Amino acid sequence: MPNVLPTIAALNLMPILPEMILAGMACLILLIDPFLPRHGRNVSYALTLLTLIVLFIVTLLHMSPEVRLSFGGMVVNDPMSDLMKLVSYVALAAVLVMSRGYLRDRGMDKGEYYMLALFGLLGMMILISANHLLLIYLGLELMSLAMYAMTAFKRDDGRASEAAMKYFVLGALASGILLYGMSLLYGVTGGQLMLTDIATALTHDSPSLALKAAVVLLVVGAVFKLGIAPFHMWLPDVYEGAPTAVTLYLATAPKIAALAMVIRLLVDGMGGLMSDWQPILIVTVVLSLAIGNVVAIAQTSFKRMLTYSAISHVGFIMLGILAGTQAGYSAALFYAIAYVVMSIGAFGMILLLARQGYEAENLDDLNGLNDRSPVMAFVFLLLMFSMAGIPFTLGFWAKLAVLQAVVGVGLWWLAVYAVVMAVIGAFYYLRAVKFVYFDAPTDTTPVNADWNVQGVLALSGLLVLIWGLFPSALVGLATRAFGG
Amino acid sequence: MEKIYLAIVLAPLIGALIAGLFGRKIGNVGAHSVTILGVAIAFGLSLYAFYMHVWGGLPTFSAAVYTWAAADSFHFDIGFMIDHLTVLMMVVVTSVSLMVHIYTVGYMVGDPGYQRFFSYISLFTFSMLMLVMANNLLQLFFGWEAVGLVSYLLIGFWYKKETAILANLKAFIVNRVGDFGFLLGIAAILMYANTLDYATFFERLPALAGVKVEYWPGVEWSLPTVIAILLFIGAMGKSAQVPLHVWLPDSMEGPTPISALIHAATMVTAGIFMVARFSPVFELSDAALSFVMVIGAITALFMGLLGIVQNDIKRVIAYSTLSQLGYMTVALGASAYSAAIFHLMTHAFFKALLFLAAGSVIIAMHHEQDIRKMGGLWKYMPITFVTFLIGSLALIGFPGTSGFFSKDSIILAVQASHLPGATFAYWSVLLGVFVTAFYTFRMFFLVFFGKERMDAPTRSHLHESPKVVTLPLILLAIPALLVGYFTIDPLLYSGFFGTAIEVLPAHDVMATLHEHFHGAGAMMLHGFTSPVVWLSFLGVALAGLMYLVLPNQLPMLFARIFAWPKRVLDGAYGFDDFNNVIFGGGSRLLGRGFWRIGDVRLIDGLMVNGTAHLIGVTALQWRKIQTGYLYHYAFVMILGLIGLMTWIVFLR
Amino acid sequence: MISLSQFLLFGAILFSISVAGIFLNRKNVLVLLMAIELMLLAVNVNFIAFSHFLGDIDGQVFVFFVLTVAAAEAAIGLAILVTLFRNRRTINVEDLTAMKG
Repeated sequence: MPNVLPTIAALNLMPILPEMILAGMACLILLIDPFLPRHGRNVSYALTLLTLIVLFIVTLLHMSPEVRLSFGGMVVNDPMSDLMKLVSYVALAAVLVMSRGYLRDRGMDKGEYYMLALFGLLGMMILISANHLLLIYLGLELMSLAMYAMTAFKRDDGRASEAAMKYFVLGALASGILLYGMSLLYGVTGGQLMLTDIATALTHDSPSLALKAAVVLLVVGAVFKLGIAPFHMWLPDVYEGAPTAVTLYLATAPKIAALAMVIRLLVDGMGGLMSDWQPILIVTVVLSLAIGNVVAIAQTSFKRMLTYSAISHVGFIMLGILAGTQAGYSAALFYAIAYVVMSIGAFGMILLLARQGYEAENLDDLNGLNDRSPVMAFVFLLLMFSMAGIPFTLGFWAKLAVLQAVVGVGLWWLAVYAVVMAVIGAFYYLRAVKFVYFDAPTDTTPVNADWNVQGVLALSGLLVLIWGLFPSALVGLATRAFGG
Repeated sequence: MEKIYLAIVLAPLIGALIAGLFGRKIGNVGAHSVTILGVAIAFGLSLYAFYMHVWGGLPTFSAAVYTWAAADSFHFDIGFMIDHLTVLMMVVVTSVSLMVHIYTVGYMVGDPGYQRFFSYISLFTFSMLMLVMANNLLQLFFGWEAVGLVSYLLIGFWYKKETAILANLKAFIVNRVGDFGFLLGIAAILMYANTLDYATFFERLPALAGVKVEYWPGVEWSLPTVIAILLFIGAMGKSAQVPLHVWLPDSMEGPTPISALIHAATMVTAGIFMVARFSPVFELSDAALSFVMVIGAITALFMGLLGIVQNDIKRVIAYSTLSQLGYMTVALGASAYSAAIFHLMTHAFFKALLFLAAGSVIIAMHHEQDIRKMGGLWKYMPITFVTFLIGSLALIGFPGTSGFFSKDSIILAVQASHLPGATFAYWSVLLGVFVTAFYTFRMFFLVFFGKERMDAPTRSHLHESPKVVTLPLILLAIPALLVGYFTIDPLLYSGFFGTAIEVLPAHDVMATLHEHFHGAGAMMLHGFTSPVVWLSFLGVALAGLMYLVLPNQLPMLFARIFAWPKRVLDGAYGFDDFNNVIFGGGSRLLGRGFWRIGDVRLIDGLMVNGTAHLIGVTALQWRKIQTGYLYHYAFVMILGLIGLMTWIVFLR
Repeated sequence: MISLSQFLLFGAILFSISVAGIFLNRKNVLVLLMAIELMLLAVNVNFIAFSHFLGDIDGQVFVFFVLTVAAAEAAIGLAILVTLFRNRRTINVEDLTAMKG
């Protein structure tokens, strides 16, 4: 047998350059952090942001409209992965910039936060670029383990520990289900692990029972991280229990990676079985939209309300996927990016209002924000309007895109249902706006959160507005991500 | 060139944004500098674009610069269509706007809303440019609504004044009526031509010419007639044609520079511009053209008559604006689109001049606008006096002034038209000349001559306005006097508009006029032999007799003789009363009825509150599923998995 | 000779036991961690069985990775358990209900 193992020289490492830089920097920060002064993690923070900037530049320079396979086809870089990675960097940077003050006030400004965030990002990037079941699993676990640890990051907080435990157990269960599906798929396809090979192996004859079971298991495992009902139960508790800075992290970039996993598995790997996974997604979307929008109404905590709204948003994202068309996938990606922008702003509002020793998580804490900071109140209004999908905000175009995709494949009833649910959802967003503008503040001191938080919030509001007025730039990006 | 067009549009917008958002930080000087700079850039580049298109031989530009949204195969674009019609409008809009900006520095000094005002008028310039430069109906509609919005904001600029609030509300509501027609017209175009793009629409138009639509059984309309009339209803709102004219006189509640810029020179001509832009549609329908002509004729004569009984200096000019807009509309109806645009241009200059001069008078009079309390001002403010005189002469069409050429062309064009209603229109515009001359010089004599009727403190403070006010007056007086003489030949008879305006040979009155046209000078000389000029002289003479020679006897006598017509005129033909009682009262009655039965009982009671209650209860129930127990969560997941598994694997 | 289907059945039974362990157990969180480990082992049985009968080595490589990840997962799980116990003085699953609704 000739030498089939490629030598290092023959391996082209360029496609994974960003991942390598990230892994290296994360290890470097891990090493030097213990030797830095006890208080203030300025160096780690700065290095982390620097890493993200470098990653952004490197990824940007290597962008290409072609699909590039490397490592014997295990790693895939395509326009979708480029765009998703870029969005993840920016989202993570925004999260870190906003979290800084919050962490410092609560004695949580430790080097581990930045390292976990970076390792989590590494997991996301692997997930985004995975073309192999093993890579999907490893990426998912790397991301998840970092997220479990971050959830429990506030060690003296019982709620955070409880949330982490729930997250961990249910997450491990979901990973187990996913793995079980993978093992069945491996067997049914006659020993294929590469997604592209699986796709070719699945093209002929009608699916066997085992294959159908594998599809169900894989879909369930894949949508868990997105928080699709009925696999959403972890999400409200985890988002609520985790420190807000961590919630911000959980609610943004991982959603993009989870979407990537769904697209890779269902579209790239099992595109031929769409008739089997589409009905599953329809059922879960119907449930998600109902549960997310209806239960959010009964919440008194703003943070928990947002978590339910997250369930409804991922339902909308899935609408695009289940359409099963190029337009649908790009609509889903467009929606996901829009959601990341909006949730950075919305969860960031909690950071804005939180003070030392006080978490402003309830809807009452929003009362009279307009009197305390008119600019932030307006940003809040924009974000809520966008989440509700009111015309000429970003969220409107996102909803329009996924609905168009669904209507495009003839699922009229589903589109109508989604619109009805969106209308119900609009109620609690607008109610929050009402608190901000029409209720007397319980706390009349002007908002004096640091300029980092206010700046990122203003930016997210601005993006929601500008992309709302001129959506075609973002739509174009999302369309090109799928070769459109 | 595309970048230049973009810069023309964006420069005023950026100015407006800076002045609006950072007004407090950059102060008064910063606010007016930045907006004047923005508009000056737009003006300079517009001149350049004008030069490049007219002399540089640049072809018509028509393309999208940004795709705003796409639905199926259908694109909503932001794009420009730049031809000779557009560049002319661009120059007129930006030049008048620039003058008004400069003038405002003097007029609004000390007003607490100084920066806000500059932000608004720059925003207006942006909107108006978007309107005229659009290459599709969506953008036209955007500009259309945006100018309406700014107009609304500016009429109510002094928002503590109740009359101003009522006036801006009125302008808004009346314009909605017009917009309703306009939107229906756009919808009809979208429905039948499946495009909003001008160029594509005009391409597909021949195929639509024969289409008939039947809204009521047995009544068939040709599609172009329907589209043209619907579009014209929009124009009636914006260009204040009877019966949608009622908002314009009231809009004089806004600051005077606004009256000059928006409610005389530019915005109100948007309707005229739009009809000219859609000349290919209007040409296909004689019925629509007749309708346009008759509406215009009514406006031209009867709104002019109202000018006679007004005592507020700005309202006199406002009614004259209505009447002049009527002239333009008549020209449109007679298929003399180029004459309409020509009059639009000359009118923009002399009417802006008149308004700004009136503003100068108002400043001097300490915001007293009643002409009965003025008089003899000519010796206190010579520059204002001379420029006002030039504006008035142009308005009445004194031979040689710009107004003479444009108005005479319109009257001749109507005379040459053979459409139904042309005879009525001809007599209306002819009589209108006399009326115009009379009320214009009634105002002029009352303001500048005769006894000084103001109170003593005001008189002691009378003086000429500052340079920043008089400079725009002088700069506007020049085109008001001369622009007609130099541009009549190229604009009307040398095919300036090219393909921008389309006229069927059967309607081509301008060709008839061309046969009798032997140069501007000859037209001027000929003018002295035509009834038009004599009618206007007669009007001036009568005004002189009444208000200069026998000011104490004749006006009273006439008022007694014409007591009944005067009462009709004082009530402005009862349009306002009619609207208030029938439409206002009726809709209030209807609204209250719907509110009581439909809203309170059905919608609120059953649908909104009922549904809300139901959802609220559901929410509380569903909430209980989230028990907090980890094993319940896992159980729900497993249940979901098993359920899906059973369904997909075994049941399908 | 044990057939492939017998291996798969064994794997399925192991998996079911572990899943049942997660939602039937209402007392000790530690049992949850054990159930999770069992679940991963069930998957490993599947992979190895397929790998063996298909004559494809990739499945066994996969198993090594799963084992490694399982170790990391257990570490994280135990760490969370420790913080939980320190905060609550209990590792009873029924007491983890601070957040609900």
